Amino acid sequence: MAAVSLHDVRKRYGKTDVIHGIDLDVSDGELIVIVGPSGCGKSTLLRMVAGLEVVTDGEIRIGDRVVNRVEPKDRDIAMVFQTYALYPHMSVFDNMAYGLKIAKLSKDEIQRRVDEAARLLELSGLLSRKPAALSGGQRQRVAMGRAIVRQPSVFLFDEPLSNLDALLRVQMRLEIKQLQRRLGITSLYVTHDQVEAMTLADRLVVMNAGVAEQIDSPMAVYAKPATRFVAGFIGSPGMNFIEGELHAGRLLLANGDVIVPREAPVHSGEVTAGVRPENLAFVEPQAADFSLQVVSVESLGAETLVHGVVAGRSMASQEGSDVIAGVAGRSLAVRAAGTLDVTEGDTVGLQVAPGGWHWFDNTSGRRIPEA
Amino acid sequence: MVRNNSLATVLTHVLLIIGIGIMCLPIWLTFVGSTVTRAEIVHPPLPLWPGDQFLTNYREALFGGRQAPVLQMLWNSAIMAFGIAVGKIAISLLSAFAIVYFRFPGRQLVFWTIFMTLMLPVEVRIVPTYEIAVNLKLLNTYAGLILPLIASATATFLFRQFFMTVPSELAEAARIDGAGPMRFFKDILLPLSRTNIAALFVILFIYGWNQYLWPLLITTDQDMNTIVMGIKRMIPSADDYGNWPVTMATAILAILPPALVVIFMQRLFVKGLIESEK
Repeated sequence: MAAVSLHDVRKRYGKTDVIHGIDLDVSDGELIVIVGPSGCGKSTLLRMVAGLEVVTDGEIRIGDRVVNRVEPKDRDIAMVFQTYALYPHMSVFDNMAYGLKIAKLSKDEIQRRVDEAARLLELSGLLSRKPAALSGGQRQRVAMGRAIVRQPSVFLFDEPLSNLDALLRVQMRLEIKQLQRRLGITSLYVTHDQVEAMTLADRLVVMNAGVAEQIDSPMAVYAKPATRFVAGFIGSPGMNFIEGELHAGRLLLANGDVIVPREAPVHSGEVTAGVRPENLAFVEPQAADFSLQVVSVESLGAETLVHGVVAGRSMASQEGSDVIAGVAGRSLAVRAAGTLDVTEGDTVGLQVAPGGWHWFDNTSGRRIPEA
Repeated sequence: MVRNNSLATVLTHVLLIIGIGIMCLPIWLTFVGSTVTRAEIVHPPLPLWPGDQFLTNYREALFGGRQAPVLQMLWNSAIMAFGIAVGKIAISLLSAFAIVYFRFPGRQLVFWTIFMTLMLPVEVRIVPTYEIAVNLKLLNTYAGLILPLIASATATFLFRQFFMTVPSELAEAARIDGAGPMRFFKDILLPLSRTNIAALFVILFIYGWNQYLWPLLITTDQDMNTIVMGIKRMIPSADDYGNWPVTMATAILAILPPALVVIFMQRLFVKGLIESEK
C-alpha cells in the first residue's frame, strides 16, 4: 500500500520533449486511469513510474521514497503488459513464481502465494499449462497473477485489455475493478479506450501531447471538460463543436451567421462552442432551437445515433430559445435513447438541453467558466 | 503446389529418385568397397554389391592401426567438432546477447566488426593464425585444434536476429521480476533459443568435423590427427599399393558420427530452421 506522487515529471528523447511536466498525486488504494490518444506519452509516463524509462526531470515518489534512481524490482511495483509478456517456455505456475524465486522466498511461501492468486483468478486448474495452451483471457489472468503474487504497493497496467476481444474486454474490465477494490492496491492504468477509462477510474488523467489536460473524476471530466481536447476525446460520438466569435452572449460565425444560445458565459473573443450528442433532444418543430437534416441513422437498439447537417434558421425563433441562425452545412451528431422513427433525408427539430453548452477559449483551448 | 496430377506426381518422384540416386551412389560404392578384398577392389569393373569382407575390413580399420590409429583419430575429430560447435555457440550467444541487450559506446561498430570477419575465413588468415598458435604452444593440442576456429560471425548474427524478435516486454517483465541480465539470459533467452541452438549445433558440428586444412597444419603428431586427415593419408600415393577396402571402411566410419548427429537432432534442427517462436 502506498501513495504515488509525481512532481513536474518530464521526459526528453534526445531533443524531443515527450512529457512536459506532469504533476499527479495518487492516494493510497486509488485507481487512476491515464487515458489519451496514441503517442500522447501515457505509456512513457507509466514506464517511468515502473522504472523502465529514465526520468529526465522531476520527481517520482512511491510511498515516501523518491524512486527516480531505484531499480524496477526495488520499487515495490508490479506491471501488467499489453502483450502480457508471459515467459513462453514456463508453465503458468513458474510464470507467476519466477519473481518470487528470484526474491528467494521459501518454497512453501511461493506455493501459498501462487495458489492464492490462482484461486482468486480462477487459474487453479491451469497451473501446469504453458502460455501457448491458454486463451487470451487466461493469459491476461496469468499476467495479473504474476503481478498479484508480488504483493506490490502499486499496480501498473499498460493497456492490459487491448489484445482481447470486445466481450472479454468488458468482462475483464469488471474483474480488474473488483480485484483492485478487493486488494485495495494503488493502481495506475493506461488505456486509449475511453469506456475503459470512464468505468474503471476513481480519477482520470486525460493526456494529450505530453501534457495532462485534466485530472479529475470521470463524471467531472465528462460534465466539465477542462479543455477542448478533453471535450472532444471523452464521449462517443464526440462533442459537436462550433467555432466563432463570442460577443455579448452572441456567437458570430465566420460566415456571418449568428447563434444566440440560452446560456452563454460572460466572455469575448474567439471561442469554440460545444454540445454533446446526448444533450440534443428531438422536439416538435415549434419548440425546436434549430432543425437538422438527417444524413444517416445508426440504430443500436438501446440507442440511436443520428448524423446530420444543420438545416438553417429554426422554425420557431421565439425569445429566449437557442437560435442557431443558418449554421447551414455544419454536421452534427445526436444521440437518443431507444429507437427513433427517423430516416435519412428527414428534417427534425432539435433542442439543446439546459446546461448543454460548453465553451472553450480558442487560443488557450481551455474551458470558459459558465456565467 | 498442391496439384492432383498423376503425371506430375510420377515425374517429380522419378526426378527425386534420380537425385537421391546420384547423391547416394558414391556412398554406396564406398560402402561396397569397404566390404570386398583388396584384389576385388582394384579389379575392374568396380564391384556394385557388397562382398563378404565386412568384419575383416572394419576390424582392420578400427584396430589394425598399421597406417593410422583410426579410433584415436575418430576421438580427436569428435572432440574437435564438439569443441568447435559448443564453443562457437557459447561465444556467439554471449556476444549476440551483449549486442542486442546492452547499450554501450561503439555497439554498432562492434557488431559490424564481427560481421566483417565473415570475410576472413581460416584459409585467409591461416599464416598469422598459425604463428600465433605456435607461439602459444598450441601445436598438437586440442586447444590448438579448437580455439582458432571458435569465433563465429554467422552464429552471432543468427542469434542477434533471433534475440531481436524476442519481445522487449519479456526483458522488462524479467527486470521487474528482479532478474539481472545474466539471470534473464539463463532463464529466459537460453530456453527460448533451444531450437536455434540445436540447429546451429548440427551445422557447426559438421563444419568442425570436416575441417581439413587447419588440423593438417596444427597437428604433427599422428596421435593428434583427425579422421579426415587420416583418410587422406591412407590414400596410397605414387607406387604404393594401398589398402583400399580398409580406407573405404575408414571413410564410412568417418561419415557415421555427423550422420548420427543429424539423425538424432533432425527434429530440433528442422524446427530451429523454420520456427519463429514468440
